[in-house]
Amino acid sequence: MIIEALLAVTLLGGIAVLLAPDRLAGKLAFGISLGPLLGGLWMFWQFDGSGNLMFDSAAKSFESSLSGTTLLSMGPWDVQWLAAVDGISLPLVVLSTILTTLAIVSAWTPIDERQSQFYALVLFMEAALIGVFTALDFFVWFVFWEGVLVPMVLLIGVWGGPRRKYAAIKFLVYTNVASAVLFVGFLGLLAGLDGTITSFALPEISQAIHAGELQGVGPFSPEELATVSFFAMFAGFAVKVPIVPVHTWLPDAHVEAPTPVSVLLAGVLLKMGTYALLRFNFTMLPEVAMANAELIAAIAVISILYGAMLALAQRDLKRIVAYSSVSSMGYVILGLVAFTVYGVGGATFQMLSHGLISGLLFMTVGVIYNTTHTRMVGDMSGLADRMPVASWVFVAGAFGYMGLPLMSGFAAELFVFIGAFGAEGLQYSPIFTALGMFGIVIVAGYLLSAMQKSLFGPFRLETDYEIGRAPFHDVAPLFVLLGLIVLLGVAPDVVFDMVESATQPIVDAAAENGGGA
Amino acid sequence: MALDTLGGEDWFLHLAPALVMIATALALFGVDALDPDSTNHRAVFGVTLAGTLAALGSAIALLFGMGPELGTTLFSDQLVADEASLLFTLIVTSVTSLVVLGSYDYLEDLPDKGEFYSLLLLAATGMVLMAHANSLATVFVALELASLPSYALVSFLTDNRGSVEGGLKYFLIGALSSAVFVYGISLVYAATGSLLLSDVGTAVTEGVDQTGVLGLGVLLMVAGFGFKIASVPFHFWAPDAYEGAPAPISGFVSSASKAAGFLIAFRVFTTAFPLGAMQDAGIDWVFVFGVLAVLTMLLGNLAAATQDEVKRMLAYSSIAHAGYVLIALAALKSGGAHNDWVLAGGMLHLFVYGFMNTGAFLFVALAEHWDVGRTFEDYAGLGEEAPVASAAVTVLLFSLAGLPVGGGFWSKFMLFGGAIQNGFWWFAAIGLAASALSLFYYWRLIRALWIDQPTDGGHELDGTPTGLYVAVLVAALVTVGLLVGVGPVAEVAFDAAGNLVG
Repeated sequence: MIIEALLAVTLLGGIAVLLAPDRLAGKLAFGISLGPLLGGLWMFWQFDGSGNLMFDSAAKSFESSLSGTTLLSMGPWDVQWLAAVDGISLPLVVLSTILTTLAIVSAWTPIDERQSQFYALVLFMEAALIGVFTALDFFVWFVFWEGVLVPMVLLIGVWGGPRRKYAAIKFLVYTNVASAVLFVGFLGLLAGLDGTITSFALPEISQAIHAGELQGVGPFSPEELATVSFFAMFAGFAVKVPIVPVHTWLPDAHVEAPTPVSVLLAGVLLKMGTYALLRFNFTMLPEVAMANAELIAAIAVISILYGAMLALAQRDLKRIVAYSSVSSMGYVILGLVAFTVYGVGGATFQMLSHGLISGLLFMTVGVIYNTTHTRMVGDMSGLADRMPVASWVFVAGAFGYMGLPLMSGFAAELFVFIGAFGAEGLQYSPIFTALGMFGIVIVAGYLLSAMQKSLFGPFRLETDYEIGRAPFHDVAPLFVLLGLIVLLGVAPDVVFDMVESATQPIVDAAAENGGGA
Repeated sequence: MALDTLGGEDWFLHLAPALVMIATALALFGVDALDPDSTNHRAVFGVTLAGTLAALGSAIALLFGMGPELGTTLFSDQLVADEASLLFTLIVTSVTSLVVLGSYDYLEDLPDKGEFYSLLLLAATGMVLMAHANSLATVFVALELASLPSYALVSFLTDNRGSVEGGLKYFLIGALSSAVFVYGISLVYAATGSLLLSDVGTAVTEGVDQTGVLGLGVLLMVAGFGFKIASVPFHFWAPDAYEGAPAPISGFVSSASKAAGFLIAFRVFTTAFPLGAMQDAGIDWVFVFGVLAVLTMLLGNLAAATQDEVKRMLAYSSIAHAGYVLIALAALKSGGAHNDWVLAGGMLHLFVYGFMNTGAFLFVALAEHWDVGRTFEDYAGLGEEAPVASAAVTVLLFSLAGLPVGGGFWSKFMLFGGAIQNGFWWFAAIGLAASALSLFYYWRLIRALWIDQPTDGGHELDGTPTGLYVAVLVAALVTVGLLVGVGPVAEVAFDAAGNLVG
């Protein structure tokens, strides 16, 4: 019942916040968000499962007695309530709850109008995020997937910067077209399984495909259907990740979104895309992924390098961090397509690590902006003099990004590179890996240059604002995130063990289905 | 006793919703005749609402097996009482209840309130009878009973040029389409020798000599339906009528009347013109509906995207939704395994649409009540001034676009998924593209409500239109509730569709 309880608390809490007066909303939302946070941590503590729930129904942890309730019957098929977690989804649930709570705290300073609506939308989004990472029935999952989108569009559109209307409609159109494409791709799989499955449960569908029960539909043979569905879903999820060339909504959305929303966007929403890629494409159709491994790896490397170079060309700190997300998510794709334990596990680990680090950087930029009212690299220098805490946290986060040992970024990238280097199914894997590694050099380049220009040197600030002291509740979340980043860097096993046990079956399945070919 | 023999067993129970509404309408006429200057709006409103809610309650009770056995015919097979008729009775009575609820505040300063409510009830009665009609004769009579009061209701604002113009257009084109329709019926009668749907079906299956006469008759009937459900290219009266009419009536006509018209089309074409036999005779009505569906989806959505006025946008959106539902007829396949799925999708969409669309038009009624204005710009900033109603309409609009925040997601999925299952994937593709486009114009209203700043410093919202508020909220809550609780309704729709095509 714990998953259902988390969803209910968050959703009802959101309604309560919506009805609360503005001055209480922020604190109330914080209090409510502690519920799912503690619940998530409790699940993390209690978790003793192993395996991947897509392959092994014994790996479904925290599945309640409500699971299996039929919500709607459609002819021969039932839509059911199915919710459980395994070593891949549980860390992402915990990440969502942590970042939501911190984002709420970091919103106390910058959000000063329509507060109850703001915090209510954040809580609604948290509920939908928990749903995305736990729901195992396709349709319920899709409802949550789209349920994340609606609050996000409004959060950008109402509380965003000057070009918020443009950013909101762009985000809405991109992600919605993407949803339609992936939906159709998945329907193709369902049509191919007509008669063999009785529900829309993802594990059941995945197992049916692995058992070779996919039939041809219309003009498509089973192999062609699998390929078409794979790429339709890949395209749909790629927008959310985002992968070059469908990344162009991201900088607009990030720059216009208020900082707490950027934190959630970069920290959790992008992971929805990679999580779905892992659960759908790479788990259900590994042979298609392996047959096209070079293409996907090339897309990943282009995302890494092109994203990094775009970041290099920016002057707006927020844009720099935004574009660097494109680069970082490229590593996730590279790790996934490697189909090795370290590759897939490292990709999952990179999702968590990037969630923490990009959240930290966005929050720091937010703190800097709250006091200086500028984010332009050229408008300020020597901030370390006046804002030592925020500046040094930014430096620490940036080094985490660059992969400084003992921080989570190092562990994540190391896993991905080890995994990708030794990938047997991927031709030229050393070359792809080497090119990907080169991305880190560019990351170091733009982060060091941005830091040097804005944080160090003689103090100068070209706005009309005096630098004040950032309040405690602005700075505290930074240290929480920094602590977690260091924790994952020093002891990656805290998470990596459960991730590894859940990703091993994917690698095995890939070796069985496509490894020989 | 005589009626009992004539009507069949328990006919009054089967027809309880219609009888309750017609009794209420006649009672209102009586009151109005005795005391024409009565200004006791509250009493008139209360009686009407009690009548529609009683009709709604009895429809629910019948649907969930508290009445006589379903699937029987009444009055020598002229009427039928089955799951389909009850499902659509439920749609009509719920929409009517919402509209009555919303009309209380809307009518505040208007004369002739008694006539308004009784005309509304008579039209609703006609629609309920449409849902029960089982022969071409009763189909036509019920259609006219529903249409004639609707013409008067659309032109109810006699001081408003738009209302009168819309009503006149609606009346002239409605009369023309009735003529076309009845001529089609006469040709079908000439070819088959019967008016009963099942007898026509038998005659068609056994083969008719004059296939040309039959084909022309079917084509004319399609055109007649096209007018009633406002499908492209027979739609041109609809934007003017929906825009000119009082907003609650726009919601009523575009939801309830459309749903009843569709049920007649479902029933007539699946029962009287069985697909296999008709295609053998060279009369492929599925193809005709396919063309209409594609045209209606595309043109309705494109036209809606270019409107500047909210009500006109909703009018075109209502045309677009008729296009989605037309898939239910266009994606049928002779002997197709998933015909019931497609048809159930259409019925479910009409059910959900009844709430979504009526709610959206009632929000426009709320804005008209406040004199907000007509264009998207005029609605700017309402989100802060009237957050509850704006939140409700936001949910309704997202659900109209097919996002999974309301039941609209399921019904669209069933329509498109059923079409794919029957091999008509292109309908699903066009429908999805059209839905993606529709999000653009629904978003314009949402953006105006929440994001845009009002140009002239905001609106002065005076008065507390409780009825309108309650109606919009109920519509939104039911729509959201259907996201989780769509199961029972879908089951009824499957049963109803299975009876027709199974």
